Amino acid sequence: MIKLTIVRKNRYFDSVFLMQVAKRITAVPGVRDASALLATPANKKVLTELGFGHGEREADFDAAGPNDLVIAVEGEEAAVRGVASDPEAWLQRPAARDESTLAAGAAQREPRSIREAVEARPDSSVAVISVPGEHAAREARAALDQGLNVFLFSSNVSVEDERALKEAARGRGLIVMGPDCGTAFLCGAGIGFANAVRRGPIGIVGSSGTGMQEFASLVHAAGSGISHGIGTGSRDLSDAIGGISTLTAVEALEADPGTALIAILSKPPGEQAARILMERLGTCRKPVVLCLLGASTAPAGGRRVLAASLIDDAVELALRQSGHAGTVQPRPLAETLRAMAASEAAKMKPGQRHVRGLFAGGTFCYQSQAIFRGAGLVVHSNSPMAGMKALADPRVSRESSFVDMGAETFVEGRPHPMIDATLRRRRLEQEGNDPTVAVILLDFILGAISSRDPVGDLVPAIRAARDSAHRRGDHLCFVASVCGTDEDAQGLAAQRGTLSDAGVFVFSSNAQAADFCRYVSQHLSLRKGSR
Amino acid sequence: MSLKEKIEAANAETLRRITAADPVLVDVAPAAEVIPGMRDRLILHSGPPIDWARMCGAQRGAAIGMCLFEGWARDASDAESRIRAGEITFEPNHHHSAVGPMAGTITSNMWVWVVENKAFGNRAYCRQVESFQQFGDYSKNALDTVRTWRDVWAPALRAAVRKMGGVPLKQMVARALMMGDEMHNRVVASSSIFSNAVAPVLVELGLPREQVVPTLYYTGNHAFLFLGISMAAAKASLDPARGVEASSVVTAMARNGTDFGIQVSGLDGEWFTAPAPRVSGLLLPGWKEEDAGLDMGDSAITESNGWGGFVIGGAPGILSFTGGTAEQALAYSRDMRSISVGRSPDYLMPALNFEGAAVGIDIRKVVQTGLVPVIDTAIAHKEPGHGIIGGGIVRPPLECFTKAVKRFAEKYKG
Amino acid sequence: MAEPFKELLAGKPVFINVGVREFGETLRRAGYDVVLVDWSPPAGGDAEMASLLDELL
Repeated sequence: MIKLTIVRKNRYFDSVFLMQVAKRITAVPGVRDASALLATPANKKVLTELGFGHGEREADFDAAGPNDLVIAVEGEEAAVRGVASDPEAWLQRPAARDESTLAAGAAQREPRSIREAVEARPDSSVAVISVPGEHAAREARAALDQGLNVFLFSSNVSVEDERALKEAARGRGLIVMGPDCGTAFLCGAGIGFANAVRRGPIGIVGSSGTGMQEFASLVHAAGSGISHGIGTGSRDLSDAIGGISTLTAVEALEADPGTALIAILSKPPGEQAARILMERLGTCRKPVVLCLLGASTAPAGGRRVLAASLIDDAVELALRQSGHAGTVQPRPLAETLRAMAASEAAKMKPGQRHVRGLFAGGTFCYQSQAIFRGAGLVVHSNSPMAGMKALADPRVSRESSFVDMGAETFVEGRPHPMIDATLRRRRLEQEGNDPTVAVILLDFILGAISSRDPVGDLVPAIRAARDSAHRRGDHLCFVASVCGTDEDAQGLAAQRGTLSDAGVFVFSSNAQAADFCRYVSQHLSLRKGSR
Repeated sequence: MSLKEKIEAANAETLRRITAADPVLVDVAPAAEVIPGMRDRLILHSGPPIDWARMCGAQRGAAIGMCLFEGWARDASDAESRIRAGEITFEPNHHHSAVGPMAGTITSNMWVWVVENKAFGNRAYCRQVESFQQFGDYSKNALDTVRTWRDVWAPALRAAVRKMGGVPLKQMVARALMMGDEMHNRVVASSSIFSNAVAPVLVELGLPREQVVPTLYYTGNHAFLFLGISMAAAKASLDPARGVEASSVVTAMARNGTDFGIQVSGLDGEWFTAPAPRVSGLLLPGWKEEDAGLDMGDSAITESNGWGGFVIGGAPGILSFTGGTAEQALAYSRDMRSISVGRSPDYLMPALNFEGAAVGIDIRKVVQTGLVPVIDTAIAHKEPGHGIIGGGIVRPPLECFTKAVKRFAEKYKG
Repeated sequence: MAEPFKELLAGKPVFINVGVREFGETLRRAGYDVVLVDWSPPAGGDAEMASLLDELL
């Protein structure tokens, strides 16, 4: 143990800075204690009392005056001499940044609340909110209070809160898109899960994110485009909410010069909500395509309101009514599909009877059910539509099952299946091990926020399931739709190509894919000896 | 008017009162002469109410010191017996329009700074700042300093201040903030400005040389001279903001080394306390972490007024306490804004583009964000008999604010 | 009455993102102005406090 004083003549430093210096030196392994002081008589006395200033370097210490700096270090010899060998190093200010990065840092330090954010950008217009459900209503309210429109991705918001928020929004000429709103297109900006879609004359009002994604992608594929896609949240057209956001959206698109036609995508509304909606649409100045998914009867809307019950039909109507000059992509002919289906069915063992749909998009699960129901086929589902059966355990399929893998029960505490394929991979394996399975129906959704390679995430599992079935002597038929455009980062053509290469039947839309599955299913029933 | 609107309106009024303050140093006087309710055998102390049993070592040392100073006891052990026997009573400075640094002890013959808030006519008082007795040192040396203050320096300053007709403080503080002071732990510039201002007056007064010269040396060499004035000015600025119905703004933050307490405008008279925290900072040579006492002093009145930790962004010297980076300073400044009602139009930070100091700590915002005010402060020894041992940053316990919000809701939601 | 939503459709939106950063960052990469909020639950997650504050703040 040694004590050493190091004198630096004619150096002045701030007293607090010197305390910092001392602290840093003390942290060196082998150093027991350190001080850094100006050599005033009082300070020299303190150091002397602590046992410094004798022996080695005594003369320097004695000669030191109030304008000189003394660093006093006590510790193991090697450590102390190490410090003494380069005292200047300890007197450097720790990495000081220059003024410009300082100012930049200040500006970039993120606000902690919506209120602070609006202070930073008073011209803000949309709050994109995806906080946990129990905090979502509060943040949405704060946003509305600041005069912001709200894109509310969060779910688990109560009906009462949703109603209160939407009434508050209406009173201020604002909109709440949500809760549970996954997608929106505003002035060309894709919010949430959105595809790269060109601008054009068709405006969308949608209660489903993936429904809007597919509609917009198909419009883009046909060469037309979207003015805006306004999400309303999944519950907007229930009687409890009364379609507040839907009406705001319709009104805004009606007033928007860039919109020539309004397409509305939703599940069938509540009775009261339906009346309110149809009344409003009756006076709409622009043509309307009303797509109520799975609706058995078309609502009476007058000449200007055209009805559809499938996304593909709605797209076709919208393109035609908006005066789109380009060609609508032709759908496969029914005869072609039947022939393909028959050929697939013929390859299967008698025990193979069932279709299993594993969907990332809840709307696709729903629409697929609509197509099967329309053909008189019953399936099980964890989100069954009227006339279908509820799965007792969503994790275990029964007979033919269509599973919404984005449902709460799967998504709790996990990333959405559009982002992470883990659960779908496992379910795929499970279905592939089931010798009663004939067809597996999948959806792939491209675009922002989605996985970088949705198809690549599942292809190995597809191949493995097919191989494992093959070893049993079974033939598994895989069917898929890809929702997206060539402008999406994943690339529509590339994703489709990879699927085809893996022997999957690829279709441009969920309805087409589900339709094909329906044909296969019907052919399987026609075989002798099957039930 | 909804409750929220009432609160916002009340806070706007509180902010208006605080920023309208016009503090002027009008006198230096013995406590018995000026402090309301001062009486014999009463020791005023810093922080929320506390009794001898719970009092920390340093504050006990200071109390013993005052007993000796006043001649109420022969020696330390006699002082202690008398205290335990109930001969001496303790009350918070804040209950008497006063504040005091560290142990903050004030008794009848302790001369105090007297600041008047000309905007409202109220006065506030602060004990002088020194390095020994207020830290619990009751040695002869420590008490001699207090005696010299009483006999030589304070009376000289009184004469000077009166001759000047009072010393306006608002401009002085604003200037000092431009020069790197933060009015709590860094008051070098303001002390220099003040001592320059009184020096010629001291000479002009024609007082005896044995008084003038020591006083000139005293004021010219006291790094913390202005802190006592600053604290009194802050107290005088905040007191008119007490008792605004439905206001959630903090009117005082104070510690006694055992408890940290806050007071709220709309809950006047009540204290919300929690155990005093440790100060995290730097120690003078020879001292270790385990020697340190807990957070102590009324000096957090400066932060309550938007100074101290609230303007640390402009005080590069003190910044070292925080770890030393300028980004940190900016972050503190931004954080304090997010828990305050408004900004000062007068007290600006040149280093942050002349941004005004955040003023009016809102207990609701503190609890909502979880951001508590930043206070920079000195460190005392945990035992009586020592002087200052270091300095650093301390944060009030969030519990004080959550207690206050609960009480606020209870009182105003009904 | 002012119709901010209609006005929004006529101009270029400026976003404030609260929650999952990816949403805001995606918009920023696409060339839109986005303020990213460093959000944390109010009152440090204390639900009782948060609901008190809902009435006061």
